[in-house]
Amino acid sequence: MKPFVLEQASSVTDAVSQVGEAATRSQTTVYCAGGTTMIDLMKLGIAEPNTVIDLLALKPELDQIRMTDAGLEIDALATMAEVAAHPLINTHFQAVADSLNLAASAQIRNAATVGGNLLQRTRCAYFRDGHESCNKRKPGSGCAAQQGDSRGLAILGTSKACIANYPGDFAVALVSLDASVKLQHPNGTTRQLNVSNLHRLPEDQPDQETNLAPGELITSILIPDMPWQASRYVKVRDRTSYAFALASVAVALNLDARGHIQDVRLALGGLASKPWHCHNAEEYLKGKALNDVNVLEAAQLCFHGAKVDEHRAFKLELGQRTVIRGLVEAYRHAQAA
Amino acid sequence: MKKTFVINQTEHTLELDPRMTLLDLLREDLNLIGTRKGCDFGHCGACTVHIDGKRVLSCLKLAATVDGEVTTIEGISQDSHLHPMQEAFLVHDGYQCGYCTSGQIMSAIACVNEGKATTREDIKEAMSGNLCRCSAYTNIVAAIESYCNNHTDKQVAEQVAS
Repeated sequence: MKPFVLEQASSVTDAVSQVGEAATRSQTTVYCAGGTTMIDLMKLGIAEPNTVIDLLALKPELDQIRMTDAGLEIDALATMAEVAAHPLINTHFQAVADSLNLAASAQIRNAATVGGNLLQRTRCAYFRDGHESCNKRKPGSGCAAQQGDSRGLAILGTSKACIANYPGDFAVALVSLDASVKLQHPNGTTRQLNVSNLHRLPEDQPDQETNLAPGELITSILIPDMPWQASRYVKVRDRTSYAFALASVAVALNLDARGHIQDVRLALGGLASKPWHCHNAEEYLKGKALNDVNVLEAAQLCFHGAKVDEHRAFKLELGQRTVIRGLVEAYRHAQAA
Repeated sequence: MKKTFVINQTEHTLELDPRMTLLDLLREDLNLIGTRKGCDFGHCGACTVHIDGKRVLSCLKLAATVDGEVTTIEGISQDSHLHPMQEAFLVHDGYQCGYCTSGQIMSAIACVNEGKATTREDIKEAMSGNLCRCSAYTNIVAAIESYCNNHTDKQVAEQVAS
């Protein structure tokens, strides 16, 4: 691990101003909260910051979960375990609780914060191996994954430069629930950004992963308190537990008096370069009954424009089956509600 | 940088390189070698310790950012008696080579305290962050199950409090 200076943040304002100040000296500064991704990447030599700002000292002022007029607000330094176990999450936002409980291991969920979780980086082996060409790690060097084993990577939102997938679960559930993040800029201003706009498509700049300004810090996550009859997160992976998603889907659903779909939200994980919002399938399903023909059509619409090769061809069918399972599970739950 | 730690109820003040993980601090500086380095990347769970009673991976924790009291496998026995979870692993032969065992036991104690060891399936899910390359999983789950059956909630609560 490359030597770095460790600074303890005394407040949110202090943390962002330290990063803003470092940027003026062309120093690479990173925030570190739970550290479960950042320390991993620093050991691999993928992240080589000059300065690390430890945010954990701010935890007591930044780890609350509360219902506000605008919806449920989760402070960014709450851990994955704390959020998953919170009564407001368990009762109102089942997809969020499931997405957290099905992610990582108990030890990691006890340390990792939800703000950091949103920004976890791809698990593409060619990104994590410092010796292979990777446009995300070293812009312009090429993409070894496209001539290699791409089984775990994306089929939606990819580009000529990058086929890495976004590995997280929580962000996928948040996209399905129209959640946003509150951000603090080093210049003192704050803003709100929809989670579906937090991550960027790789296009020809896969190293630019988010729409955050340099030094901008996620301070909380806001989930609108929509009265969904059902919200579900279905995750399919190579082993039963402690694995990243090969395919996952978050579904939020409301049925009308006839049992037809009044409103629905669909987002995909494991299969795309960013948490993937399926607008087409949502529009198609509105007002329709959830029968065999309609769920299949909706599942196919989710994968419009998907690009596969021999390693990833199976993900098209696996992804569609995952969407169908998510829709059917949400439908049964909504009927019982 | 200098930092004071409470590890197994003993205070230590140490000079630290910011790069040092809690795992390396335990093993290299304090000779608490019961906590094992398996993968060093958060995949295997061999380095599991408790911070304020919660199980975490010491390989993914910078020592300088530790924010609570640390308990390692060396800190769970009392008056030279094995912790009942250690007894349960012995009785059920919950290991083969033993390399992952301290992490398994630290994770198992926390898993029971979290209330997640109610069924065999729940135990498997809650323990999935601890790999055993010898694959002693059946006996590990049996050990945890038997610990739960032999300890009332009150006893478990008392152990947590002590």
